[in-house]
Amino acid sequence: MAKCVCMIAEFRSGNFRRVSFEVASEGRRVADALGLELCAVAVGSGVAAKAGELGRYGVRKVLVKDDPALEHYLAETHVPVVAEMVSRLDPALILLPASVDGKDLGSRLGAKLRVALVQDVIQIVCEDGKIKAKWPIFAGKCFAWSEWVGDALPVISCRPNVMSCRESDEPVSAQVEMVDVPVPQARSRVKATDFDTTGKVELSEAEIIISGGRGMKEASNYAMLEELAKLLGAAVGASRAAVDSGWRPHSDQVGQTGKVVNPEVYIAVGISGAIQHLAGMGSSKYIVAINKDPDAPIFSKADYGVVEDLFKFIPAFTEEVRKLKSTCS
Amino acid sequence: MNIVVLLKQTPDTESVIRIAADGKSIVTEGLKWIINPYDEFALEAGLRLKDKFKGKLTVVSYGPPRVVEALRTALAMGADDAVLIDDPVLKTADYLRVTRALTAAIKELNPDLIFTGSRAIDYDQGQRGAIVAENLGWPHLALAVAVDCDGTTVTIDRPIEGGKVTLESPLPALVTFGGAHAIWNPRYASLPGIMKAKKKPIATKKVSDLGLDPADFQPETARIVITSLEKPTERKPGRIINGDLDVAGKAAELLRCLHEEAKVI
Repeated sequence: MAKCVCMIAEFRSGNFRRVSFEVASEGRRVADALGLELCAVAVGSGVAAKAGELGRYGVRKVLVKDDPALEHYLAETHVPVVAEMVSRLDPALILLPASVDGKDLGSRLGAKLRVALVQDVIQIVCEDGKIKAKWPIFAGKCFAWSEWVGDALPVISCRPNVMSCRESDEPVSAQVEMVDVPVPQARSRVKATDFDTTGKVELSEAEIIISGGRGMKEASNYAMLEELAKLLGAAVGASRAAVDSGWRPHSDQVGQTGKVVNPEVYIAVGISGAIQHLAGMGSSKYIVAINKDPDAPIFSKADYGVVEDLFKFIPAFTEEVRKLKSTCS
Repeated sequence: MNIVVLLKQTPDTESVIRIAADGKSIVTEGLKWIINPYDEFALEAGLRLKDKFKGKLTVVSYGPPRVVEALRTALAMGADDAVLIDDPVLKTADYLRVTRALTAAIKELNPDLIFTGSRAIDYDQGQRGAIVAENLGWPHLALAVAVDCDGTTVTIDRPIEGGKVTLESPLPALVTFGGAHAIWNPRYASLPGIMKAKKKPIATKKVSDLGLDPADFQPETARIVITSLEKPTERKPGRIINGDLDVAGKAAELLRCLHEEAKVI
């Protein structure tokens, strides 16, 4: 079979995750630049019925391994299966999501296939048939460009929420091919899973984030931000100061030792803007700062700044948003 | 229980990062160096297990002589031994080679458990743990925000988008650590710890001491290289909403900006 660009789709709880479509769309773009076909590898429980969906984003052929033993991601089972499937496609480039599971899969897959992976890529360029990838280092204080040497196979994990989903002009259902690959016996196992069913917006996937910092003063004051977030369909984040004070769980922490986020709008409430925090949200499209200290460093990065007591401003702003939403709906 | 903690020395989180004259590395002069915070979480978790099982804990790292300082800190926190792979060939080797050297150093220590950070705050590739586990043919459990070990089995909580999974593995196994300072509260080195650390051994090794051929680590063996670094484009100075307005006026004006100008709400 001719060389192709191969994307690895991420399937969970009965559906492809959105980032899979972002990666497929990017794969189509790069495959066109290289003059190659785009193929996919999809593993999971119940994935066969959905595999054709990848065709909408330009995937022509999907190798599928549908097995209840692959319901939850586990490095020991997924990596050998995906490695075998990828090898059958003889790819010129492998793309996968830089999601939590994707980053883990990619690392171990790269070691198994003895190929070099670059994680968390935000831009791929193709010059004279050579691939270059750009990725943030030092939590976005800098970017690195990487290239592969000689005929080394490029493997790239793509940061979620950066590359756009593009449906093909002529969407077709992808050709689905079931493959017979044994699922190895694993020593490790998934003991339990606990998925949020309250519809809370995940920080790394949110288009709007409202983050509270030291200025929030205590845990109960976050109810104010939660209320505004609900109106806007936003996620609530926190600075390290707020997490270290025990006001918010560490999973909400934005910054160099927390999550790096890139929403459309980041609203920093009572956050002074330490360099570590800026490193985690500096790539947001719009930054809004609300702080009563006019000298807070956050204002130098903000597109819109409001110098005001947050305890007065947030209720007033929430009321304005409520009015707007009621006239829109 | 024999525990190995893999750690890396990184610039402090507050560092201002400048690009060096070669255009593809950073200026290291004047930087303050620390133990990568995620590796420090792994070290703290390892030290707690060592205390619980009266085990032994060895820290393993690589890099130039400045890394000794990070290893001394780890020894002062309570680690028993340290190994530093200090070999100029690693400077130009890609991460596949570096992890190969780390794997060889770990094999000599014959551990039951390997703990390491899920990522390093410098180049942030988050691959080291999974690659070492693959090299050893071991199970690995990634991104622990909680860990428990009864001596024969290790269990972790792993946060993923929109939820959490609990993973379990018999030993030997490798665990990578996520979370935050607020979860792990890494201990500070005590004064007696610092005094004791001065007498603890740090074994310095070259790749040839690990049974590896230096020829396999030469620059031309690299499959991937960084060709250039660039700084993010500076954000244009923004707008402060008119301070003469009252609170309601500021709220209305900010919403107008976000709704009509930026069109994001």
